[in-house]
Amino acid sequence: MSRSLKKGPYINVKLDKKVQANIDSKKKTVIKTWSRGSMISPDFVGLTVAVHNGNKFIPVYVTENMVGHKLGEFSPTRVFRGHAGSKDKAKK
Amino acid sequence: MARISGIDLPKNKRGEIGLTYIYGIGRSNARKILLEAGVDLDKKVQEWTDDEQSKIRNVINDKFKVEGSLRSEVQMNIKRLMDIGCYRGVRHRSGLPLRGQRTKNNARTRKGKKKTIANKKKAPKG
Repeated sequence: MSRSLKKGPYINVKLDKKVQANIDSKKKTVIKTWSRGSMISPDFVGLTVAVHNGNKFIPVYVTENMVGHKLGEFSPTRVFRGHAGSKDKAKK
Repeated sequence: MARISGIDLPKNKRGEIGLTYIYGIGRSNARKILLEAGVDLDKKVQEWTDDEQSKIRNVINDKFKVEGSLRSEVQMNIKRLMDIGCYRGVRHRSGLPLRGQRTKNNARTRKGKKKTIANKKKAPKG
């Protein structure tokens, strides 16, 4: 079920504050966050957000196309290294 | 012979069904089109007059995205997902289901035909 429109998109309050501060100060620092469920709002475009994947922070450079997605979608939590014995394993 | 948006419609079927041969038009859209064009739903495709045909064509051109342009739109949407590198895009790239379905078994629609792996041990029966 999708989120009620009345509430508006979910953005972690602290993250939102940091983003606003980042825009106001005009210098682009990487914002670390654990808030994978936060929606990417148009304010994020051009910033780099380091999204935690449970292990480490994955830097995500936000482009216009990403607006409306959630931060966690860009920070994969699982690593697939191929099946045992398959020839072309460990591609990454 | 009725030819609409580059597709030959089957002659002996009711208009409602015949229109569904066009990519992007199913039963409900076909009904809407025929109602809007003022064509009887039960009329067979070959019974349509030229006038009715052109009306149907106009309705489709004005209000619906079908065939090539619809296909390319879908492809563009997929391409966008792949370009931004989000989870769904990654799954599209690797040809696996996008919506959290299990992939331990099944998922054959996305994965295609079974690839047999030599010497793979069968799971012991519980």
